[in-house]
Amino acid sequence: MSEEILKISNIHVSVEDTEIIKGLSLTINKGEVHAIMGRNGSGKSTLANVLMGHPSYQITSGEITYYGQPLEQLEVYERARAGMFLSFQYPSVLPGVKVGTFLKKSIEAVRGEPVKQKDFRNQLKAAMTLLDMDRSFLSRYVNDGFSGGEKKRLEILQLVLLQPSLAILDETDSGLDIDALKIVSKGINQVVPHAGCIVITHYQRLLEHVKADYVHVMIDGKVVKSGGPDLAHKLEEQGYDWLEANA
Amino acid sequence: MSDEAISESNEARDLVGEYQFGFHDEDKSVIRFNNGLSEQIVRDISAIKNEPEWMTDIRVKAYHHFVEREMPKWGSPEILNNIDFEAITYFLRSTDATKDDWKDVPEDIQNTFDKVGLREAEGTWLGGITAQYDSEAVYHSIREDLESQGVIFLDMDSGLREHPELVKKYFGKVVPHSDNKFAALNTAVWSGGSFVYIPKGVHVEMPIQAYFRINAENMGQFERTLILADEGSSVHYIEGCTAPSYSSTALHSAVVELIAMDGAKIRYSTIQNWSNNVLNLVTKRAHAMKNSTVEWIDSNIGSGLTMKYPAILLKGEGSHAEVVSVAYAGKGQHQDTGAKVHHLAANTTSNIISKSISKDGGRSTYRGMLQVMPKAHNCRSKIVCDALMLDSDSRSDTYPTMEIGNSSADLEHEASVSKVSGDQLFYLMSRGFSEQEAMGLIVNGFFEPFTRELPADYAVEMNKLLNIKMEGSIG
Ligand SMILES: Nc1ncnc2c1ncn2[C@@H]1O[C@H](COP(=O)(O)OP(=O)(O)OP(=O)(O)O)[C@@H](O)[C@H]1O
Ligand SMILES: [Mg+2]
Repeated sequence: MSEEILKISNIHVSVEDTEIIKGLSLTINKGEVHAIMGRNGSGKSTLANVLMGHPSYQITSGEITYYGQPLEQLEVYERARAGMFLSFQYPSVLPGVKVGTFLKKSIEAVRGEPVKQKDFRNQLKAAMTLLDMDRSFLSRYVNDGFSGGEKKRLEILQLVLLQPSLAILDETDSGLDIDALKIVSKGINQVVPHAGCIVITHYQRLLEHVKADYVHVMIDGKVVKSGGPDLAHKLEEQGYDWLEANA
Repeated sequence: MSDEAISESNEARDLVGEYQFGFHDEDKSVIRFNNGLSEQIVRDISAIKNEPEWMTDIRVKAYHHFVEREMPKWGSPEILNNIDFEAITYFLRSTDATKDDWKDVPEDIQNTFDKVGLREAEGTWLGGITAQYDSEAVYHSIREDLESQGVIFLDMDSGLREHPELVKKYFGKVVPHSDNKFAALNTAVWSGGSFVYIPKGVHVEMPIQAYFRINAENMGQFERTLILADEGSSVHYIEGCTAPSYSSTALHSAVVELIAMDGAKIRYSTIQNWSNNVLNLVTKRAHAMKNSTVEWIDSNIGSGLTMKYPAILLKGEGSHAEVVSVAYAGKGQHQDTGAKVHHLAANTTSNIISKSISKDGGRSTYRGMLQVMPKAHNCRSKIVCDALMLDSDSRSDTYPTMEIGNSSADLEHEASVSKVSGDQLFYLMSRGFSEQEAMGLIVNGFFEPFTRELPADYAVEMNKLLNIKMEGSIG
């Protein structure tokens, strides 16, 4: 059995007294990719945000453990330093903050030690080559004026550089053209063997490049069905209606 | 620690805050005038400097204007009207002469300029420096290659002694003593500052720098700077300043006059980081002649109250004005700053970027003036004013004034007031940054249009400074 990284046990999550996640459990081991699919508004991003510790969401019952330790007490940045990573559905714009500076500082913050300029340059070069990114990105401001696809690519660049133990990717494939999807998948696949991965997506086509071990379907704050990659195909063909009855 | 000791140290901390330059040296002045201001004090300052009579006359005239002139009614009248001019020291000489070798400067003063980072910068990338300590320069250096090209860079007292004809011709021509009460005060009691002359066609590649340090308690520092860039020349002048933290008020009231002759370029960068007990009331103005460029790159990070509106008169056709200013108003600070650009000639352009941050009850005010004269055709101007509020106790106001005298002007004006968004903080924290580090990055980013105009080392220093200011009260 491979190592357990994340265990979510029957959590209920509310925003301002509205319950959004209504009893959800999931266990993720090292090297596993779990795809989460589901209609708009079913609570996928909420789950991602809760895992990362977003202050707007309250866990009203249930528990999440990361490497066997309860996550609850950890601040957002402590989770990042403990190896958790969230690729945002809507990454923030940081005016005036240069991508290059941001990446280096972020690596240093997560690792808790200064990184030699030379080592940083080498890692960065390798990662940017892998993701086919132009060096000119480094002197631009984080996500400022980036196209939708460029923002996603920058998220994956961070994923590759930060080498997390738990990667949560929220619709990283949305808005990517066919070539970009392949390239971004290369980045994800590089991280997969060393991490547990949650991949939130609406499209089966991502799973042609990133091999999912499990596919979970979320409806109204719950996982209503789990299965293998076949499930994604079925959803693509038939939509979610056939599952509503089970929900 | 006893309770009293704790409360005392808390008080000291409140006073000093996160300010790292609040230390002071023992007052070992050679000459220190009694506190208070009178015609006699003004005459004594002139006498002790052996000035020509015409300068004494200018001072005395300005003194009387100061006495009669009313206080400005904007900014912070409460603070201005409570200044006790009798409690200020108007002249303090720390050493017997300005030295050109640090070895000859008293050790504690050397150490002070070490701690503020000036000596390191001198050795690496500056073309020359002047270090002023209270009323006068204690150290001065200039690279030989600049001197041999005829560049003059002196403290103002030496400038007057060595180049009286130039000083007489231009002193007070850009900022007359009657401009405002504090310009009158400065003209009456000025001491130190820089005198710079760049000959025709000479490009000074390395910046030259003046550093103004207040050391003594109750000090008034009144430096006077005059920069003349002759036709087709260019220079980048940088000033920095810090002061000890005392519980009593110190006054800094400078006058800076710039003249960019035809085709010349002057960039004047300021990193103002006074302690909070300093009132910083400064008049800065430039004349830009034909096809010249004047740039004020102005930061106000320190002081309890700053009132400063760098101005540029575009007098010559085709001249260009650039003002990039940032202000940080933290606890107990009011930054009342801005920019004034007067388009007096045709085909002139200006660009004003102002950025301010308010935090912990701090107050920032932008006061701007853009004027286009009726005969100044085809002028272009762009003004961008952004304010960032880090909490809801703080305050930010914008007072832009425009007087547009003809319809051929192409004007753009943008203003915004924003708050740091929770999403930005969450994003940064998910990348391993603590809340304070995240705020620091956002603030550094907000000021980036300013810092990118600074030499790299100073940009780094500026960001560190801001991060230190951000420490403490978050979380
Ligand atoms: N901060 C919030 N305040 C109020 N409502 C919220 C908040 N966050 C999420 N919700 C609501 O919770 C529900 C789930 O939202 P969530 O973003 O998790 O959906 P999703 O499954 O990621 O949808 P999509 O596929 O469109 O990205 C939605 O109805 C949404 O409006
Ligand atoms: Mg979503």
